[in-house]
Amino acid sequence: MIKKEMIAMLLAGGQGSRLGVLTSHIAKPAVAFGGKYRIIDFPLSNCINSGVDTVGVLTQYQPLRLNTHIGIGIPWDLDRNIGGVSILPPYEKSTCSEWYTGTANAIYQNLEYMEYYNPDYVLILGGDHIYKMDYEIMLEYHKSKNADITLATIPVPMEEASRFGVVITDENKRIIEFEEKPPQPRSNLASMGIYIFSWNVLKDALIALSEQKGCDFGKHIIPYCHQKGDGVFAYEYNGYWKDVGTLGSYWESNMELIDLIPEFNLYEEFWKIYTKADTIPPQFIADTAIIDKAIIGEGTEIYGEVYNSVIGSGVTIGQGAIIRDSIIMKAAVIEDGVIINKSIIAEGAVIGANTQLGVGEEVPNKLYPNIYSFGLVTVAENTKIPSGVKIGKNTAIEGVTLPEDYPNGILESGETLIKAGDRL
Amino acid sequence: MKAIGLVLAGGNSNKMRELSNKRAIAGMPIAGSYRAIDFVLSNMSNSHIHKVAVITQYNAKSLNEHLNSSKWWDFGRKQGGLFVFTPTITARNSFWYRGTADAMYQNISFLKKSHEPYVVIASGDGIYKLDYNKVLEYHINKRADITVVCTKLPEEEDASRFGVIKAEEDGRIIQFDEKPIVTDSNTVSTGIYIIRRRQLIELLEKAADEVRFDFVKDILIRYKDVKKVYAYTMDTYWNNISTVEAFYRTNLDFLKKDIRNYFFRQYPDIYSKVEDLPPAKYNQGSNVKNSLISSGCIINGQVENSILYKKVYIGNNCTIKNSIILNDVYIGNNTHIENCIVESRCTIRANSNYMGEDGEIKIVVEKNNRYVL
Repeated sequence: MIKKEMIAMLLAGGQGSRLGVLTSHIAKPAVAFGGKYRIIDFPLSNCINSGVDTVGVLTQYQPLRLNTHIGIGIPWDLDRNIGGVSILPPYEKSTCSEWYTGTANAIYQNLEYMEYYNPDYVLILGGDHIYKMDYEIMLEYHKSKNADITLATIPVPMEEASRFGVVITDENKRIIEFEEKPPQPRSNLASMGIYIFSWNVLKDALIALSEQKGCDFGKHIIPYCHQKGDGVFAYEYNGYWKDVGTLGSYWESNMELIDLIPEFNLYEEFWKIYTKADTIPPQFIADTAIIDKAIIGEGTEIYGEVYNSVIGSGVTIGQGAIIRDSIIMKAAVIEDGVIINKSIIAEGAVIGANTQLGVGEEVPNKLYPNIYSFGLVTVAENTKIPSGVKIGKNTAIEGVTLPEDYPNGILESGETLIKAGDRL
Repeated sequence: MKAIGLVLAGGNSNKMRELSNKRAIAGMPIAGSYRAIDFVLSNMSNSHIHKVAVITQYNAKSLNEHLNSSKWWDFGRKQGGLFVFTPTITARNSFWYRGTADAMYQNISFLKKSHEPYVVIASGDGIYKLDYNKVLEYHINKRADITVVCTKLPEEEDASRFGVIKAEEDGRIIQFDEKPIVTDSNTVSTGIYIIRRRQLIELLEKAADEVRFDFVKDILIRYKDVKKVYAYTMDTYWNNISTVEAFYRTNLDFLKKDIRNYFFRQYPDIYSKVEDLPPAKYNQGSNVKNSLISSGCIINGQVENSILYKKVYIGNNCTIKNSIILNDVYIGNNTHIENCIVESRCTIRANSNYMGEDGEIKIVVEKNNRYVL
């Protein structure tokens, strides 16, 4: 007899298009974070640290990196005889075959997976936030309120509340009203996209709304349950929680890790964050190197200067190179004399010698002003940038680029250079 | 591979001074993020040896902790696996391991139950990469009874702490002196042997009958004129860390680019237990030159020509020079450490000063209460 009190369903299928070229070949939850982690490590570690040992990971968009990262769940201790981590991609059915069309639709298509574990509660998680949270405490709250659905919420400054979905509760924390991005918010409790459902409530709602197109938790399931009178409660979480859905917030939350005592502290013994660490050797800092305020991953070799940056594992930074306010991911190679300001360099990219990134005036990006802003230079994974070119701000580069792709050796601020085909 | 592995990791040496108080040499941390035994285990795994026994005796606590899962070296398989043998009292035997041959003899059932035709015997304190298949190929070609893997020490190094070998042109060993007082050869045994499993069982049983316990003295040297004992010369990096000086030097070797590339970036990899530590953090005021830094470190001071192991904390305004700081050490503000090896889990108070002088390496063991600092 198999019985799990609470299982988790982790929605990891989204592209995360606001991360631009960072997610052109990998799903957002697989994007590197904080030197050696990937975004999905945070919810997965939260699960195991909260005693949730059965996690279904719903994948759809570019799942290869995610699949290899998760494997059978060894780094998170999620390799279990019963339960553990399961990757759940969309699959062909005898009557209809469809992709996951919405968050709730994805869960609906995996009713059987959940049923197998005979759960009392189901925890619904997203794969795009950086936080440490004990889901067990939230479950206790759910039980104590006799709730049907519990939403995790976080107080945000009132002036920012209009960017979120906020909830209005009665004195008993029962939710009376939802407001999606209200111009005049009446509450500052923002929904974090984390839900605990009592199993029968979830099952009934998913089946009742199974015909709904693009069935979504926030848009359909929760309002449906709320309308039919289910007890929907708000659980207030007061810790570090950061959405890394945009390049700006992604960059910012990486930079926050460098603070003397960061608000989100990876060095605490309690509540460890686990990841698949495939690089073991120590990092080497040469006698030509200068490092001031940085976190640096395993096996990296630094011969140049690094200020205020997050450097992943297996990176090489050449002599005379100067890196400032930047994120450099796993196995990237920064050749000698390169100057990088406020950039995100994805995994395996190679920056040719004496090239300069992040120069000139800030001009909005011409093609995607909403994505490539914040003055950042974004370089996609396995991209090659030739030697001796200059690259402006609010730019994005992808593919193996050649000197002739840079008129006069310059990519002006606001330009996007995406070469289909070759990647390193 | 047609062989099983036997790792001799029971050893201790007073030449390690205080460093071996708390652990066997094979459990010694090395090169920032590894332990000595990782090298032999990774070599075995990379040579497709699936069944490996580690024989421990001396203070195996930290070694056992390191070996508590076999998955890091990919030995967690249905066929084969990683076995750890510590001395046990049985109805027929109540002795500790009285020597390397005795250690193997006391676990002879492991040898008898295996079906692989060969055994690779290796000590746990060598730092090297080696494909044992190449040695086995040589062993078979030479129709040898025992093959000893040898290496040539650099001229300036003293061979007298090793087994010194002289071989004929074709590789057959004609002379084998264990730790000689003087020697004119610089070819030494690396403590890696290949032998046919049945041959080993026979020799071990014979030695036990004669109350002889040492593999080198009572088997290798005693039988070298009767059996065909061959030397396989290895010309890549090899070092043994069983003295403080050798341990220190081997560590500092990893500051050389070619050695780092050879071990860290070239196929095959050396594996180790993964400890889920965050990346190293450099705060304002840190100044690091020519050093290896491991994950989990937090650095506020100055570090030069040194190796910091995992989870080391360096306080403000410290100077660490030409030193090796082992795992989980806390160093308080304004401390000066030069030419030292700081034992793991030490807590060093602020404003301390430790200096190894006249070429002597000082070993620092300082246990203070970390949280009242």
